[in-house]
Amino acid sequence: MAPFAIAVGWILNGSMPIKRKMSAKKAARITRSAKIAGNGAGNGHSSSSRPLLTLEVSPSISPRNKIAIPQFHGPVPPGFLHPGSAISVSHFTLEDVGRILAEASELEAMPAARRALRYTKRRVALLFYESSTRTRTSFELAAKSLGADTALVSALSSSIEKGESLKDTGITLRSLGAECIILRHPNSGAPYLLARSTGLPILNAGDGSHEHPSQALLDLRTILAHLPPSARTAGKRNHSIGDRALQGVTVTIVGDILHSRVARSNALLLPRLGARVIFCGPEVLLPECAAAIGPGVEIERDFERALKQSNVVMMLRIQKERLAGLEIDLEDYIEQYQLHMQRLAAHAPAAIVLHPGPVIRGLEITGEIADGPNSVVAEQVYHGSIIRMALLARALDAHPKRNEQSSKNR
Amino acid sequence: MTTILIQGGHLVDPSTGMDERRDLYLRDGRVAALELPGKLNALAKKEKTTIVNATGMVVAPGLVDIHVHLREPGQAYKETIASGTHAAAAGGFTSVCAMPNTSPVNDSPEITRWMQAADRKAVARVFPIAAATLGSRGEAVADCKSLQAAGAVAVSDDGKPILEGSIMLEALVQAGRVGLPVIQHAEDTRVTQGASMNAGALAFRLGLRGMSVDAESGIVERDIELLSRLRKSDPASRAHLHVAHLSTAKALEAVRRAKRSGLHVTCEVAPHHFALTQAAIGDYNTDAKMNPPLRNEEDRAALIGGIMDGTVDAIATDHAPHALHEKEQEFERAPNGIIGLETALGLSLLVLHRQHRMPLTRVLALLSSQPAQLLHLKHRGSLAVGSFADVVLFRPNDDWPFHACESKSKSRNTPFDGWKLPGRIQMTICEGRIVHDARFSAK
Ligand SMILES: [Zn+2]
Repeated sequence: MAPFAIAVGWILNGSMPIKRKMSAKKAARITRSAKIAGNGAGNGHSSSSRPLLTLEVSPSISPRNKIAIPQFHGPVPPGFLHPGSAISVSHFTLEDVGRILAEASELEAMPAARRALRYTKRRVALLFYESSTRTRTSFELAAKSLGADTALVSALSSSIEKGESLKDTGITLRSLGAECIILRHPNSGAPYLLARSTGLPILNAGDGSHEHPSQALLDLRTILAHLPPSARTAGKRNHSIGDRALQGVTVTIVGDILHSRVARSNALLLPRLGARVIFCGPEVLLPECAAAIGPGVEIERDFERALKQSNVVMMLRIQKERLAGLEIDLEDYIEQYQLHMQRLAAHAPAAIVLHPGPVIRGLEITGEIADGPNSVVAEQVYHGSIIRMALLARALDAHPKRNEQSSKNR
Repeated sequence: MTTILIQGGHLVDPSTGMDERRDLYLRDGRVAALELPGKLNALAKKEKTTIVNATGMVVAPGLVDIHVHLREPGQAYKETIASGTHAAAAGGFTSVCAMPNTSPVNDSPEITRWMQAADRKAVARVFPIAAATLGSRGEAVADCKSLQAAGAVAVSDDGKPILEGSIMLEALVQAGRVGLPVIQHAEDTRVTQGASMNAGALAFRLGLRGMSVDAESGIVERDIELLSRLRKSDPASRAHLHVAHLSTAKALEAVRRAKRSGLHVTCEVAPHHFALTQAAIGDYNTDAKMNPPLRNEEDRAALIGGIMDGTVDAIATDHAPHALHEKEQEFERAPNGIIGLETALGLSLLVLHRQHRMPLTRVLALLSSQPAQLLHLKHRGSLAVGSFADVVLFRPNDDWPFHACESKSKSRNTPFDGWKLPGRIQMTICEGRIVHDARFSAK
């Protein structure tokens, strides 16, 4: 196993005036603590795989906001899940969804300078085991605009083995003062492991083919913004969103459903608000059992027939990296499932077109669609940063109930 | 000369059909006598015998598990033959058959003998199952004759299948010649790459690759076809196919048909497959990850049906210890398997006896006499006079909580932590030696 290095750096928020330089002694102390946390947490891995931790602290620091010495917290009780976590949309009640949307609107309306005082110096770690410029930047900017410090840990390499366990990395980040971890991971369910290991609120920024809750919420906000004004009540002052907020709305999700966490989170969330969700794609990318994910979800393999019923079309990228062993003929796929102008104009001229990105122009959608009047991709990105601010606020505000036990434990 | 008198218990011996109050007399590691209560008291007095009071207890043959992973040689951090057999004794087992997927793989008479050596400090009898092919690589069939001479009771590449049809056929022929069963881990690994649970709606929901039912049944059907062809070409062949940890209704049906047509096909089912469904995975609980995976309710019900109607020949645990840090990983990265020796009797009594009203003697047959016969373990799984003095004493209606932290195994990977199970085990005797005694067992 090759040695593996994580570079941890709390990137201090630029909006805070920082005057004094941190003493070399203090910096050394922090580095040492980080190393101790890294070594002490090892559980049976060989010493060669021990992580090399380097803590880079920004050049200057305010004495009032000095970095606390990392403190150790005890083990997490079994079954405990921090209530500020956002791992699966299935954990949200409709009230939670309403509250998140209301919080988003509130933060959106707030002057940036005031917003930046909201969570000044609170610590948020971004732990990314998969590359993702879009989601990472969105979360990072959301955290910074709330005044929080962020640290990016990128355990990314195509050639080196990951030596440290997710559990140990999480404990290390917690010891370094992280109050919330945003996790992107190639394995489905990894956020649960991190949540159980650290007891911290975990924001799932995409885990394998499982879920991507912030994406579903930002898609929801995008769709709500395009409802006729008479229907638009959700997420406003009264903090509530009903199970009929999306009544009459049909959302077709097209493409690589099998590997899409975006499809799953949307299919689990939108029908609860009254929407109809249609999965559309070829058998290899959309098994029959997919419709069983929940009520209000159906399968239509004929793209044009699905389009005819749709107000919202969500196009997905084919995840080549997850195809392993599956065969798909791209030419045939494009023929049947690409969204192009002709198809849209003929079958759903009034629909809005969403795409979680990254868009592969010329494959699932044409450039004309991406840049065309139906596309709301840029709006999605905007709503993404607002929703992620709201999720961070929820994570940093929530107080854990320590004695909460999973009801599943027998 | 050591002697033990087990007094006042209710003796249940499926091998003889005994199901009555009897006193049992053990001498020199063998069953010496069984008589009406009190009849052996004088003899006991004369021989200064150790007396065990079994009032209110069932006295049964020591249990036989034909599918365990004891991890030695090579992975002593998970389990050793000593720790694994202690767990066996605590679970009422006196004979365990150890799979060869050790490190190195047990494909030689040397390792087979090493596993049975006194230095291993086993407290239950260990019967090695040797690799069916060299290194379990599925390429060349191992030397069944010398392995049998060293003590192997079957051959198997468990952990993986013998995938190549021609090699499987050759294994059936070679092993059949010396009367050894070939135990197949039925999984078409060509279609289970990267899979970590049962295929279907739940796997889709969790975003995990699934193992299809056909990946198991396809291999079982293929093997039955091979055996049938072999019998046609050589009617005198003693070839015996045994399907390990059968988990699907479809594979069970294939075995049922094969038995009806007179083929020598047998199968075993693990307690977790009749006690749990894939729902136990919950939020990616790696202690509910095993291979074959937990299936759906229809499969579970079919397995219970197969146990009730006699299609299933044995209950075997597939005891598969893994260290905590190995299971505390991402679900897809965590190794397969759970420990099972200490919960097998309790789960069998709970599901089969209590919930499905299977007579106690039949439950015990599946856990002792039948597996012993299946692998030709002579004088095991029986309390007939002359048998090995392998005995388990338990209270069938005394429900007890299983706590993983109290397990005698080195590992703790079980989905049954905290379960209340019937049949508290009071004592286990292996070849006349008391190897587990609840009165002295550290809590
Ligand atoms: Zn196996």
